[in-house]
Amino acid sequence: MSERIRLVVDGKPAELDADPAMPLLYALRADLALNNPKFGCGLAQCGACTVHVDGRPTRSCVTPVGAVKGKKITTLAGLGTPERPHPLQTAYIGEQVPQCGYCLSGWVMTAAALLRDTPKPSDTQIRQALAGLKCRCGTHMAILRAVKRAAGAKA
Amino acid sequence: MTPAPLSRREFLKAGALVVSFMMPGTVGGALERVGATTGGKPPLTPDELDSWIAVLPDGRVTAFFGKMDMGQGVDVAIAQIVADELDVAFDRVVVVMGDTAFTCNQGGASGSTGVQRGGVTLRYAAAEARRILLDRAAEKLSVEVAQLTVRDGVVSVAGDPRRRASYGELINGQHFHHKLEWNKQYGNPLLAKGLAIPKTASEYRIVGTSIPQRIVADKVFGALPYVTDVKVDGMLHARVVRPPTAGCAPVTVDESSIGGIPAARVIREKDLVAVVAEREWDAVRAAATLKVTWAQPCTPFPPMETLHEHIRQAKPIGGGVPVNKGDVEAALKTAHRLIEAEYEWPLQSHASMGPACAVADVRADQATLWTGSQKPHYARNGVAKLVGLPPEKVRAVWVPGPGSYGRNDAGDAALDAALLSKLTGRPVRVQYMRHEGTGWDPKGPAAVYRARAGLDAQGTVVAYDFFGKGFTRQDVATTESDPKDTLAGQLTGYAPKPTVIFQVPAEAYDFANKRCGWECIAPLLDRGSPLRTGHLRDPLGPETHFASESFIDEVAHAAGVDPVAFRLRHVSDPRHVAVITAAAEKAGWTARPYPNPRRGTGHVMTGRGVSYTERNGTIVAVVAEVEVDRRSGRVWAKRFTVAHDCGLIINPKGLELTIEGNVVQAVSRTLFEEVAFDRDRVLSVDWASYPILEIQDAPERIDIVLINRPDVASSGAGEPSTRTVPAAIANAIFDATGVRLRRVPITPERVRAALARA
Repeated sequence: MSERIRLVVDGKPAELDADPAMPLLYALRADLALNNPKFGCGLAQCGACTVHVDGRPTRSCVTPVGAVKGKKITTLAGLGTPERPHPLQTAYIGEQVPQCGYCLSGWVMTAAALLRDTPKPSDTQIRQALAGLKCRCGTHMAILRAVKRAAGAKA
Repeated sequence: MTPAPLSRREFLKAGALVVSFMMPGTVGGALERVGATTGGKPPLTPDELDSWIAVLPDGRVTAFFGKMDMGQGVDVAIAQIVADELDVAFDRVVVVMGDTAFTCNQGGASGSTGVQRGGVTLRYAAAEARRILLDRAAEKLSVEVAQLTVRDGVVSVAGDPRRRASYGELINGQHFHHKLEWNKQYGNPLLAKGLAIPKTASEYRIVGTSIPQRIVADKVFGALPYVTDVKVDGMLHARVVRPPTAGCAPVTVDESSIGGIPAARVIREKDLVAVVAEREWDAVRAAATLKVTWAQPCTPFPPMETLHEHIRQAKPIGGGVPVNKGDVEAALKTAHRLIEAEYEWPLQSHASMGPACAVADVRADQATLWTGSQKPHYARNGVAKLVGLPPEKVRAVWVPGPGSYGRNDAGDAALDAALLSKLTGRPVRVQYMRHEGTGWDPKGPAAVYRARAGLDAQGTVVAYDFFGKGFTRQDVATTESDPKDTLAGQLTGYAPKPTVIFQVPAEAYDFANKRCGWECIAPLLDRGSPLRTGHLRDPLGPETHFASESFIDEVAHAAGVDPVAFRLRHVSDPRHVAVITAAAEKAGWTARPYPNPRRGTGHVMTGRGVSYTERNGTIVAVVAEVEVDRRSGRVWAKRFTVAHDCGLIINPKGLELTIEGNVVQAVSRTLFEEVAFDRDRVLSVDWASYPILEIQDAPERIDIVLINRPDVASSGAGEPSTRTVPAAIANAIFDATGVRLRRVPITPERVRAALARA
């Protein structure tokens, strides 16, 4: 039942042998040793595992790896780097958003898609786009400031 | 209980595992720096200056902090304190924390005392290190110490800056080998000091500035390793299998039921059942597939809707009356008017962002634990006892976990991992599933409060009587230093022994006759309970002060006095007065009739409420402004104004963000959070069944007034504003609706029901 699966992860081709029913999250974390998508619930209820699949924010904890064969996966680490940060990453540092930071993939990857599609979102649009994500430390005010700051930076 | 220092060889061996995944600037980088000061370090005891401060040959400084930062930036504050005392640039200071091989047990993250207590010894130690270095410089440069100045770690002769010596030259690759006066205590009370007198606030240059957290960038680029990311050679993945119903022991375990997952196997020790596998996904599948026959369910829990009635009726197991001034009963008899109310708070879960994870490598003669526990020294002690090793043979290494606000599931995962490693003879990584993280973590206690006040004919309070009753906040202790306080221990024969500890309101109301008392009741299930209580951010603080500050508002209303004016009338301490006044002024509070006569005629009603509390020296006042939708019952806590006095402020921006986190988390606990259960199991097992605040419910604005008291020692900030928020919201709802909500969480259903009754 294990099969060869090819992906493109953060711009690089990747291959693994896995049960196609296994969630993408385990492929990324265990097989490809990418730590930044997190296991939060395994139920698509929190967002900590969010990656982009062909540009779309996707909960990797419930996405079978077999369903994303050949697709482009982008993780938080692939969104930007210290040398070439995504505006959201710059804004997050500027606003000092994290407490524990375990939830970051959900917020940043979802907000990145929002800003790509809606470069100047209103407060309401931001809150709607980020609905369903969880942050237990309560950094929501700083998240809102960071998304707005990033939207300004993109102009 | 002090860890013996590892030899250099052991150090490199043990360190190698860590360094392979650690980022510079965290433990890995610091290990290199420690290593740079070669051999001969004295034992890691609190009475050695070298246990606290290392000055490296290149002038960099390592501070060994025995408390923890869980994301609020306490380590930054410590580095600021050390840099200022030593007169070195902030960037030259690295804080090492959470590794029992390199830090003394200052109690871990505990009670918002990172700066309040933890910072004190670091300040003394840094000042002492500076004193010693200046003595050496005076000798080397043949001048009196009084003629020396220090700038960025370079000592020079005042007026003759060519005569100079750097700290690196003065320490010359050696340790200090210098004794401190130590009070012989570990944990929060630990205090060690030298002869040096620390600087006064007017001399600070780095303390008081908003230096950002370096670690934020690592988090934002996905580069920070968390405890869930620790990998050790030869490691097995484990999942525990908890009973579907509380208190049921396994009778039979059908190992053949996971025969389809050949790489997985069952591990059982008494009542603890787990599966292990080489691959994580196999362990996950095996845990979900394994067939276990459990003993017949008992029904340890009362029907959920009767929980508070159970608390009222239950026989107390302990209690006290810590405040008893005047004669409350006599004064109540003379009162012109009696005000009475009862308040209820539910069981709540830590519901950390991710379920806990730990990795343990238990060998015959030593063990290593990687844990997200906020008290790694105590986790070390618990592991040592559980696996039968002396504590000094166990090293615990903290790695950031998925959120920590007290004694959450991390303490249980640590001992599960250690036991499974011992049983398998392999390093074991345990990660819980979501249903265990929420369903089986220690819970914040539920409680009921009864308050009475007597007013005379002029509306003056002649008697105040406040009584709380509920579960102790420590069915399991605040640390996992004893297996009896963990699930692994309780399931393998350690009998739990709850500590009876409760709380009364912390405020400064000067009522002539005042009594505050409490009683605790027994746990619903004596061991292995998914409803066992433990410390959750500001243990019992939100419970107690939701009740007490709601009640003060009810008394103010009955007396016909503006709620801000009423509080100020009964508080005389200038710091308390200043905090209440600052919040009111910033919020634009002016006295007006109450409830809000202009609450709105549409379906959205608006109101404001105030609350004020104290916590271990920190004083907070909060003004909340809410919108209540009379059709849906939804409450939006729209705006907060917080005034906060925690003495000397170390890092204003970090403090503001810490307060924001407290406010938002407290809004969540006030409006949304309640652990659901039925007669034999917890029903809150994920984010659908244990909802928390989402971003549409986040406030529109939080304004913060920081009151800096440079002449007052810093007190805590990690929790105090949490307790102030719930009553501010409830009081604002009363202002908006004229209806008093006395039960948390204040859900739309409860608001609609209350409005319908009104």
